[in-house]
Parts: sequence; structure tokens; C-alpha cells
Amino acid sequence: MDLSAISATLLVASLMVAATPILLAALGELIVEKAGVLNLGVEGMMITGAICGFATAVETGNPVLGFAAAALGGAMLSLVFGVLTQIFLSNQVATGLALTLFGLGLSSLLGQGYVGIKPPSTARLDLGPLSDLPFVGRVVFGHDWVVYLSLFLVVATWYFLRRTRAGLKLRAVGESHHAAHALGLKVRAVRLCAIAFGGAMAGLGGAYLSLVRVPQWTEGMTAGAGWIALAIVVFSSWRPGGVLLGAYLFGGVTVLQLNLQAAGVALPVEYLSMSPYLITIAVLVVMSARGSKRSLGAPADLGKQFHATH
Amino acid sequence: MLRRTLLGAAATALVMTTGAFAAEHAEKTKVGFVYVGPVGDGGWTYEHDQGRLAVEAEYGDMVETVFQENVPEGADAERVMTQMALSGADLIFTTSFGYMDPTINVAAKFPDVKFEHATGYKTADNVANYSARFYEGRAVQGYIAGNMTETNKIGYIASFPIPEVIRGINAAYLAASAVNPDVEFNIVWAFTWFDPAKEADAAKALIEQGADVILQHTDSTAPQAAAAEASTDGKQIITFGQASDMAEYAPLPRVSSIIDNWAPYYIERVGAVMDGTWESQSVWQGIDKGMVEIGEISDAVPEDVKAGALDIVEQIRAGEMHPFTGPINKQDGSVWLAEGETADDGTLLGMDFYVEGLTGEIPN
Amino acid sequence: MIGLEKRPTPSRAWSYATPFLAVALTVIAGGLMFAALGKDPVAAIRTIFYDPLFDPQFAAYSRPQLLVKAGPLILIATGLALGFRAGVWNIGAEGQYIIGALTGAAVGLALYPAETRAIFPLMVLAGALGGWVWAMIPAILKTRFNTNEILVSLLLVYVAENLLASMAVGRLRNPEGGGFPGSRNLSQWDAAKNPELVAGTGMHWGVVAAFIAVIFAYILLNRHLAGFHIKLAGQAPRAARFAGVNPARLVVFCLGMSGALAGLAGIFEVTGPAGQISIDFNVGYGFTAIIVAFLGRLHPVGIALAGLLMALTYIGGELASFMLGIPAAAIQAFQGMLLFFLLAVDVLTNYRIRLGHREVAR
Repeated sequence: MDLSAISATLLVASLMVAATPILLAALGELIVEKAGVLNLGVEGMMITGAICGFATAVETGNPVLGFAAAALGGAMLSLVFGVLTQIFLSNQVATGLALTLFGLGLSSLLGQGYVGIKPPSTARLDLGPLSDLPFVGRVVFGHDWVVYLSLFLVVATWYFLRRTRAGLKLRAVGESHHAAHALGLKVRAVRLCAIAFGGAMAGLGGAYLSLVRVPQWTEGMTAGAGWIALAIVVFSSWRPGGVLLGAYLFGGVTVLQLNLQAAGVALPVEYLSMSPYLITIAVLVVMSARGSKRSLGAPADLGKQFHATH
Repeated sequence: MLRRTLLGAAATALVMTTGAFAAEHAEKTKVGFVYVGPVGDGGWTYEHDQGRLAVEAEYGDMVETVFQENVPEGADAERVMTQMALSGADLIFTTSFGYMDPTINVAAKFPDVKFEHATGYKTADNVANYSARFYEGRAVQGYIAGNMTETNKIGYIASFPIPEVIRGINAAYLAASAVNPDVEFNIVWAFTWFDPAKEADAAKALIEQGADVILQHTDSTAPQAAAAEASTDGKQIITFGQASDMAEYAPLPRVSSIIDNWAPYYIERVGAVMDGTWESQSVWQGIDKGMVEIGEISDAVPEDVKAGALDIVEQIRAGEMHPFTGPINKQDGSVWLAEGETADDGTLLGMDFYVEGLTGEIPN
Repeated sequence: MIGLEKRPTPSRAWSYATPFLAVALTVIAGGLMFAALGKDPVAAIRTIFYDPLFDPQFAAYSRPQLLVKAGPLILIATGLALGFRAGVWNIGAEGQYIIGALTGAAVGLALYPAETRAIFPLMVLAGALGGWVWAMIPAILKTRFNTNEILVSLLLVYVAENLLASMAVGRLRNPEGGGFPGSRNLSQWDAAKNPELVAGTGMHWGVVAAFIAVIFAYILLNRHLAGFHIKLAGQAPRAARFAGVNPARLVVFCLGMSGALAGLAGIFEVTGPAGQISIDFNVGYGFTAIIVAFLGRLHPVGIALAGLLMALTYIGGELASFMLGIPAAAIQAFQGMLLFFLLAVDVLTNYRIRLGHREVAR
């Protein structure tokens, strides 16, 4: 057993890559939930984004277009959920689960011609001498553009929610749709926008899997990442910074347990492979035990149906 | 299209002249396949489906094949098999270990239908089982890996601690350490057959630990891509394709592969049902029968290593060499095989120990 | 302008008519999809909805299989529905299902190869207890530390899956299985098996338990104080507190019930249809049951019908898949569509469509 063989630099660098898909998807879902909508279809939207992005990148040879198509595909699928829950007032939990089922099927259908193909690669940004600095060179300046985009979006989401009028409206809708409606806010429109944004972000996260992290297309390739993204939103107590923390914690433990195995640490493997889930639960318990007096930040009208009666 | 019809007609004529063509066989022979994954998985199920297509190509209009993908092991498998049998299938291939008991149960209810179960150990009058000696391919990989590693560290992404996987690790290690006594194996248990993201992370972790060869016993190409990416840092990582050729990553990092080629066996067994000579059996075929194929060894492998590897393939094919030939000790130092002794199939099939030199413990 | 107006009470007529409307819409949309894939839409639809029930070649076998497939779904969904009505979100029934199967099988296998009648009931008890304990983790974390039960129950599914894999290749592995993964076959051991009770019906103890659970839940919700508390807590949490409902006890009760029922489903499945513990014997019943619960509108009888409908699409979908060569993915998408339509047309039960300009209602 040789712990010194585990390089902190590379560990941090690879946990950032490992966490990016769930970070993107969880940020999207955060906005959706802040608007008072619970969309459990993240897995379905992610995998739809994964194939839309992959197919477009392969056909055009341009990964950036691929990501754009992934966002579009995820958003379109999410609008199925949006129309059902906002206009037909269907139950959000069930509709979200149905969306996952549908998305998994749809993505396999779309992807039938794309098995065993290599996508065009998304290069790390070349930041010249900055990338050669010790530690920070690799960790801070050694990534592809999507990693930076995801970090930028964490800040942007925070800014949007806390510092803009639109963000305020969105939160108002999520806290009390009746009050928001009485104030003249278009509850349904706000929620549909939030849902589409969530879909686009889940699509981006899926495309990051199929275009960068893996990169290939295979059916069912998200393998539960969407569910983890949902868990991360709860973990974050509905705060963008918490989402970042949760995604990096989860990604970090996942990567670390594999590194520990590779370094030959004599710990039972089955416990190591459960560790990302157990540690996430443990951290949440500690956080919620400390803050048990105050509200955990769940939007008050999360998951409730809204129907304007006047 | 025309050509296939002609071939079909020719084949029909051939069978008729042999006289084995009885009246009740005038109908098409119906062959069912039960798959555990999607046909588009690019690995295990994909290769079985290639075998099915080969059967169609071989017998043309004389066969009808049906398949069901994504069948979970357990109750669902039993129902799918039963429905296939009810739909008039003459022969059903069940292509995952977990289908073993369901296959036996269904076969008992349909004595006239033949069943072929992959990678198990139970048989019945109308149930045969077949499996491939993938470990022969592992020995070839180990040889190439042992020769080509510069850091003397070989990373191994294992799925579940079952005999099939452990056998592969042992075979690869024995071959690698025979040509390079300093070689070390780092093994990561992913506890999944298929999770591309996790496989990619495992490959990266192994590479970070200094491994410059990655062997995988999981089915996605994610480790190949991870190796390709890590190779740009001035070092070269090499990998081997698993289950299918993964040729899109050749010549580097993928330098060779193990391909599961089920086509010859499927064609043979469907033929046996057609001419009424099918009998229950239990076979474990390897390189000799073409069930295990070694994918093209790329030019990235030095000439002499490539020649040596091909020589091993030929020796195994000819039956002159067995990857598990003594002296071999178990990990704890106790003697397993004496000088010149080769492992018996029973021990190999249930292998639950590492050979001497491997570090770490098998999880259980 | 089309608007919706809430009905003072849900329409009875529409609540019966909407499922048929949804199926009709799915047939049209699904037919278009199958046609686009180059398959005969009429044959596909007939194979999915009609053949499992009435086709002379398959029906005798497929019809009982409906119960086998629907049994665990109904059993789990009934338990979940109690919690969902009270606003207790157990998303991790899949984990409780796995743990129930594991503990039940472990108790049985510890007694192998004894042949007494007591073993099967013991295993069933152990299974229910296992599921209950697994559900108590989120329940206690919720009541003690206010930790969100959605997250904990969901993450515990993955923990359970890892435990299952490790047990299937370790502790519970069949010692006579030549080192292969998977436990002894419980359905082939007389003392532990969960057999088909009446030949040719598909009825096994798990199906019986599902029907008992449905009846029990119906009585609980409609005739019992606890049921009243559950409904009150879901609809008006503050009023519930004034009425003396203890929220902590309610969380423990709801999670415990749903966990125990999921555990029961697990042990009935491994002793019967699945037959053994294997690395991935669980096939997502715990997640599908959430959909079933909502399709059944959280009503016990509705859940029983929804479970049967889901089972029909699974079995019919398999038939369509191998008889007509329709990709499994298309069947999955078709199921998704059916759910969408069922959920969408439900609006007609609770709302009236108004053409013309909006008016003030209520």
C-alpha cells in the first residue's frame, strides 16, 4: 500500500471532470425546483442530450455544435414534461418518472446507428505557460471549456437567483404560486422557462458524458447519473454553491475510491464502492443536524400543482 | 438478395441429397436468442447478435431467427423463453450466466425444444451449455503487456469477483510475469459490467498509479478513450479490446483484442437441429474452434513481440500449449500445479484464488 | 381561448373514461411511431394489448403471468401510496426490496437444508423486517436530524445494490455452485419455495399478499383513524398538527409500512419467480412501483388496476419485440407515451374545459 502514489493534483483534476456531468444537470434541476417544479426525469433528459450531442458532433465534426444540440434536445424533451405538468396539470412525480422511461427508449432509438463510433474530440484549452504551473496549472488551467462553463454557470446561477429581478420572480413562483399569481407574475410561463432550462442543462451534462468523459455512445450510458444529480440538489439545500460542493464531493469520493483500489489499499472493495453514497448521506446528516432549527431551503410550493382560478 | 436466395436453394438441395431432410422439417427452423443487454451495446450482446446474423446469412430462407434484448435475469427471462418456445421456436440460445436456472426450468416444460445456455454449468436432455476459453486470449494479452510495459505496472479493470474474471487475471499475470518477472498488477474492481463513466475513472486512476498497460474485463470502450487521452502526456498507454474488436482505437492505444466469435458455434448447432443430429453437450471452446479470436495485433507492437504473440496463438490452437501449465503456486505459496502439469477444467471453471505473485485480495 | 375550470368534485364518469381515452391516444401515437420504424402498426398494437390476453397460442401462459409481474408492483405501490398521501417521499423502495430479499434469503439459507414448514414463514418475516429496517434509516434520520428522506432513501438504493453484488459473490453464494455467483435456488428447495398456489393461475404468495395489502390499505384509508391522519397530513399539514397528528410517528409509520411491503415483495420474488439471489435479480420494480402508485391515483384499487396495466405492457411489449422485431427501445418509448397520456387526460376528471373567454370560477 502506497498512498504517496496518489497524486493530489491529478486527483483534483480528474474529480472535476468526473463531477461535471452531474454538476451541470443538478444546476438545471436546481432552477427547476426553485420555480416550484419537481422534475424526476433528469436521467431521461441527460441520456437524450447524450445522444443528440453525440450524433450532431459526429455528423458535423464539431463538438461545440454537439453541445448546442444536446441542450436543445434536452430542452425539447423537458417541454413534454412542462406541457403535461403545467398545462394538463398532471402529477409531477409520475410524469418525471415517465419522462425517464421515455427518454431512455427514445435515446436508444435515436442512437442505433451510432454504436462503436469515436466522436470528434473536445480538446483541453491551451492556456500556454499557465498550464505548466505546478498544481494550479493542471487543476485550474488544464481543462476543456465545458468544465469552465460549468463553473461559470454555478456563479451565474447564484447571481441570477440572488441578484436579479428575474431570479426573484422565479423564487417567488416557487415559494408561493398563489401569491406570485396575485402579484401578476405569469406562473406557468416562468415554470415552463425553468423546465426548459433544466432540460437544456441536463442535456449538456449528458453530452459531456458522451463527448468528453467516456467518450462514446452506448445505450443506457448515463447509468444513474441523473438520479445522483437529483440527490445533489437536495443535498445542496437548493443553493448553487451547495450543488458545486455536492457534485465535487460525490465525484471526488468516486474517483478517490478507485484510486485507493488502484494503489492497493487493503480496504474491502465492496465498502469502498458504496462509499460515495454513504459519505454523501453522512455529510447531509451532519449539515441537517446542525441546521435543524431553520428551514432547509426547499421551495415551499415544490411539486405542487398550480391552477389559476381567476 | 438474389444471391442469398440462390445460396439458400443450394443449401436446401444439399441437405435434401443427404437424405436427412424429413417432411416435418419442410417448415423453417425457428431459432430464438435471449439477450441480457441491448444489441447496440458494442460488446457482449452485440457479438451474440452478430452470431445470429451469421446464422441467417448461412441458412437464408431455411431459418427464421427471433431475439429479445434487455431481458433481466430471473422471472422475466423465464417468461421470455417460455413465450419463445410457445411461438414455435425449435432452438433457443440463452446468452447470459444468470439465465441458467430459468433455462433449465423452461426446458423441462418443452422437451421438444432445444436450448443452449451460455457460460453456465447445468445441462439436461434438451439443454446444452457452451462457453469460451477467454483466458487463452488473456494469456496472449499478458505476453504482449509484459513485453511492452516500461513502468512494469499493469492496470486491470475487473468487473465482479467471479471465476471467469479471476481466471482472466491469473492467465494474463502468468503470461506477463513469464516474460517480465518484475511486472506488477494493479487491480480495480468496478462492481459493474457496464458503466462507461466509472470504467473511464478506473482507467485514469490506474494510469495515475503508473500503469502503462490497461487490461479490462468490462465492456465499454471508455478505458480505451481514457488511455488515448492520457497518452498525449509524453508517455504511451496501451490497451486491449474486450468482447468486441474496438478497432476504432487501433493502432494505439488498442494494440490487440479478444473477440467473442459465436458465429461458428451458432451455425453448427442450428445445422445440427436442422438435420436432426442435435444432442445435449457441454463445450468450452477456445482459439482452436474459433470461438475466441485474437483481434489484429497492431503495428505499434514490436515485430519480435508480435511474432511471439502469434506463436502463442498458434501453439494454443494446436493444443501444444496451455496457459495454466505448472509449476504454479497459489497466492499463499501453496503448490497448485506441479512442473509440467496442466490445470483441469473443473478447477478452472470454479477458480476463486489468485496465483502467486498477485497482490491484494479477492473481494468476497 | 381554451381554459380550465376546476370541478367542484371530480367527475365520476371521466374518472372511468379517461384510462380508455388514454389508451386510445397511445394507440394512435404509438402506431405512428411503429409505422415510422417500418413495422405494421396494427399488428404491433394487437400484439401488445390483445395477444397476451386472448391469443390462443400465448394467452393460457401469458394471462397468469400478468399476476406474476403485477404482484410485486402492486405490493410495493400500495405501501408507497400511503406515504405519498401523507407527504412522505420514499423514492428508495428498490433498495428496501433488495434488502428484504437479502435478509429473507439469508435467514432461509442459514437453515439449509432443513425441511420444516416453519422456514418459509420465517423468511417472509425476515424479509419484511429487512425492508422495514432499511426504510427506518431515512425515517430516523428524518425525525431525528431533519434529513431529507428523498435523498437518503434514493442513495440507499445504490448502497443496497452494492451489498447485493457483494452478497451474491460472497456470503450468500451457493457453495455447491462451483464458485459461480448467485445463491442456492430457493424455488427448488421445498421448505423455502414460494410456489404457484393453483396451477395455471400465476397466483403465488406474493400475489396473495398484494391483494391483502390492497384491501388493508383500502380499509386503513377509509375506515381507520390512521388513514384519516395520513390524508390530513398530506392535504393540510398544519391542521393535522392541531388534530393531534404526530408528524414524526407518521413518518416512521409510512416509511416503515412501505419498506416492509417492499421487503415482502423482494422475498416473495426470490423464493418464487426469480428463484435465487443473483448479482442483479432486481429489475427496477421499486422505481416502476412509484409510477404505478401515481397511475392508480394513490388509491388502492386504482393501484391494483394500474399494476395490471403496466404488467400487460411489459408482457405484450416482449411479445411484440420478438414476434415482430420491434426494438426494445421502441417498446420503452411506447410505455412512456402511455404513461404520458394517462397522466395528461386525468385533467378531465378534475377540470372542465371551457371554450371562450376565461371566467371567474369558484
